[in-house]
Amino acid sequence: MAAQNASVMAGPGPGEESLGVTNGKIGMWTFLVMDAMTFAGLLAGYARLRWTPGSDWPFPIEAFGVVGIQLTAFNTFVLICSSVAMVHVLAYQMRGNMKAAQGWMIATIVGGLIFLSIQGFEWTHLILDKWPFLFDSGYEAKYNLNFAATFFILTGFHGMHVAIGVIYNTIILMGMRSGKVTEEHTSTVEIAGLYWHFVDLIWILVFTFVYLI
Amino acid sequence: MEIQGKGYLSPLTEEAKTSLWVYLKEWLCSTDAKRIGVLYLAFATFMGLVGGILSILIRAQLAAPGPSVIQDASFYNALPGFHATAMIFFFIIPAFTGAANFIVPIQIGAPDMAFPKLNLAAFWILPPSALVTFAGFFFNSLPEFGWTAYPPLSTHAYSPIWGADFWVMGLILVGVSSTMAAVNFLATVFNMRCKGMKFFQLPLFTWSVVVTSFLILAATPVLTSALLMLTFERLFPGVFFFFNPEGGGDPILYQHLFWFYSHPAVYIMILPGFGIISEVIPTFSRKHIFGYPLMAWSMIAIAVLGFLVWAHHMYTTGIALEVRVGFMFLTMLIAVPTGVKIFSWLGTMWGGSLRFDTPMLFAIGFIAMFTIGGLSGVVLASVSVDIQLHDTYYVVAHIHYVLVAGSMMTLFAGIYYWYPKITGKMYNEFWGKVHFWLTAIFINVTFFVQHWLGVQGMPRRYYDYDPDFALANMISSVGSFALFAAQLIFVWNLIHSWKHGEDAKANSWYGDGFHFEWRMPSPPDHHNFHEPPEWEPIIRHHGGTHAELWERDVDGYHG
Ligand code: HEM
Ligand SMILES: [Cu+2]
Repeated sequence: MAAQNASVMAGPGPGEESLGVTNGKIGMWTFLVMDAMTFAGLLAGYARLRWTPGSDWPFPIEAFGVVGIQLTAFNTFVLICSSVAMVHVLAYQMRGNMKAAQGWMIATIVGGLIFLSIQGFEWTHLILDKWPFLFDSGYEAKYNLNFAATFFILTGFHGMHVAIGVIYNTIILMGMRSGKVTEEHTSTVEIAGLYWHFVDLIWILVFTFVYLI
Repeated sequence: MEIQGKGYLSPLTEEAKTSLWVYLKEWLCSTDAKRIGVLYLAFATFMGLVGGILSILIRAQLAAPGPSVIQDASFYNALPGFHATAMIFFFIIPAFTGAANFIVPIQIGAPDMAFPKLNLAAFWILPPSALVTFAGFFFNSLPEFGWTAYPPLSTHAYSPIWGADFWVMGLILVGVSSTMAAVNFLATVFNMRCKGMKFFQLPLFTWSVVVTSFLILAATPVLTSALLMLTFERLFPGVFFFFNPEGGGDPILYQHLFWFYSHPAVYIMILPGFGIISEVIPTFSRKHIFGYPLMAWSMIAIAVLGFLVWAHHMYTTGIALEVRVGFMFLTMLIAVPTGVKIFSWLGTMWGGSLRFDTPMLFAIGFIAMFTIGGLSGVVLASVSVDIQLHDTYYVVAHIHYVLVAGSMMTLFAGIYYWYPKITGKMYNEFWGKVHFWLTAIFINVTFFVQHWLGVQGMPRRYYDYDPDFALANMISSVGSFALFAAQLIFVWNLIHSWKHGEDAKANSWYGDGFHFEWRMPSPPDHHNFHEPPEWEPIIRHHGGTHAELWERDVDGYHG
């Protein structure tokens, strides 16, 4: 009797799902609250540095140049498309069409990779061409140095999230291929989706703050 | 040697029965919340002793004016910061996490935490992060900027040492560990409650862990963001100038972010203690807690208000007077829900049939002495007074009344209270009482005079002081040595009783323990419950006495 109970308890325990959802989903939601607060800290720092009298902050569109803004706007579009693809993964999985689900998962991952490549290109361009004063004291900075510093920490921290999301989604894709993630494991995909949409949402905030206004 | 042990302490495999090494490995890799809880408590005890030794070094130097025990003033400068770091991040917070690991799943009727592996990982981040944080000690590169690490002192220009980088990164790691634990506790309490365990049926210790986890979830990441900025600024001094005015940065920004975390953090360090006291007092008064819903709501109120008062640490930084007055008002407001709790505990004891075992003594001592700390807090909250008292020993007295006479006393109450449950043995009551009296007396000897020192103008964290302050400092130092020595009795009692103590009963406290943990054997079995438990909802009205409310549950649990 006791042994039998022990084996039952190894699975979803009695009393689990008091709220009618899986533990994993609650775990992800609470994690996202935490993550959002980390970004809130960084964004608050950004706001304070930028909006103090005499901060000598450039207007982003001028500082980045029109091409820079347009490239990043395109990148934003890519990330949103990737998020939409993720919705399709779940939709097909729920209907039991794992082939299509895999296809959309590949699209999601590719979207993330494109985003990272464009961002990598942009960083290189900014460091080498736009902001030579960063690593060479022979050049004079044209405006508040924190314009570059906050840019790096915000987009860098977000980029790290994208990279983690790409790895996370790739692991699920591999699970789908090897048959470990089947049409029954919708909550696995749903939870990964929560993360991916969150990363998207944060990007829209970062984009707005750092590039647009 | 044959390893035995009852309940969750018993080896899981045959191999572990005969080999101590296998048994130990089983513990270190266990995902059982009870075992992880014990690991947390052991780690916290060790770090508490480390922090204690650091404080003894501080007090030894300050016993008399002028260079004495510590000849190297730079070394002295590093001590207060490391003492605080050890005590806050590696002693009090992990100790409460450990107690919560053991007790919370049981109190809500769950077999384990929601994410057992995450739980294990969160614990195992702690020892390495302690090593990283304290790395400076190993190659003599100690930051001297206190536990608050204010820039510009903490920037590369003024602390160009690796020990400082390690300290900052170590703290980021601890933050990761404690947020992992918080996610786990919330998922556990939200989703793993047994039948009948509605939110307003939860035992108050569990409530306190829920509220604390929210605080951790919302506050700790803000510290992480500040420390990340500081790290980048330290590692790439020519590129990042968040806090350095030379590059357009703002040192006050750091203080805002830091205190946005660290004021809630003081509640992270006291709310679980409030929860423990709310368990201990009803048991030893044999009555239900007075005003249960108010007790839960007041914790929520404290948590919410706790996010709106951080600038009371920054009255002297030049922020606008109107803003400071607003923060002063909100700060004083927090005393209201805190007072509600104090009166509810007194109301619980009122008319109860009290027993004075060690946990109860600590609970009562806590109420009396924590109140002193709360009152000195209200004094500090007043802008005009604080401009005089800021960064003096008065603040040191305040924090030690709330943290030593507060958090630490609640921790002792909790450890004595649950010791029979955790180990299956009774501790030695006589030495428990001796520990209590010595602790209570020497806390006051050590810290009460510091109020006076502060008002007289002795600054905190300084290596040397005016000879006029010699007598009070000597009293404080002698008190602190005795206080430390008394803690050795405690550690000895815990270790000795585990081997030699009497076997504990299931409901160890005269059959008066009420929640689930007292309705299972001491120590509990591996999966807590043999059958999914069910909680029979109760009305915790204040007239409820032992006889009426305990009766129907006691059958079979007194054994
Ligand atoms: C009625 C409640 C409280 C009030 C009104 C209050 C108020 C204050 C104020 C105004 C200060 C700033 C003093 C200064 O630096 O000039 C302070 C410092 C501090 N308080 Fe409290 N406090 C209260 C309760 C607590 C509790 C419950 C804890 C911890 C469990 C706590 C821990 C601390 C610590 C650690 C500091 C010093 C931080 C530092 O500068 O290193 N306080 N408190
Ligand atoms: Cu505070």
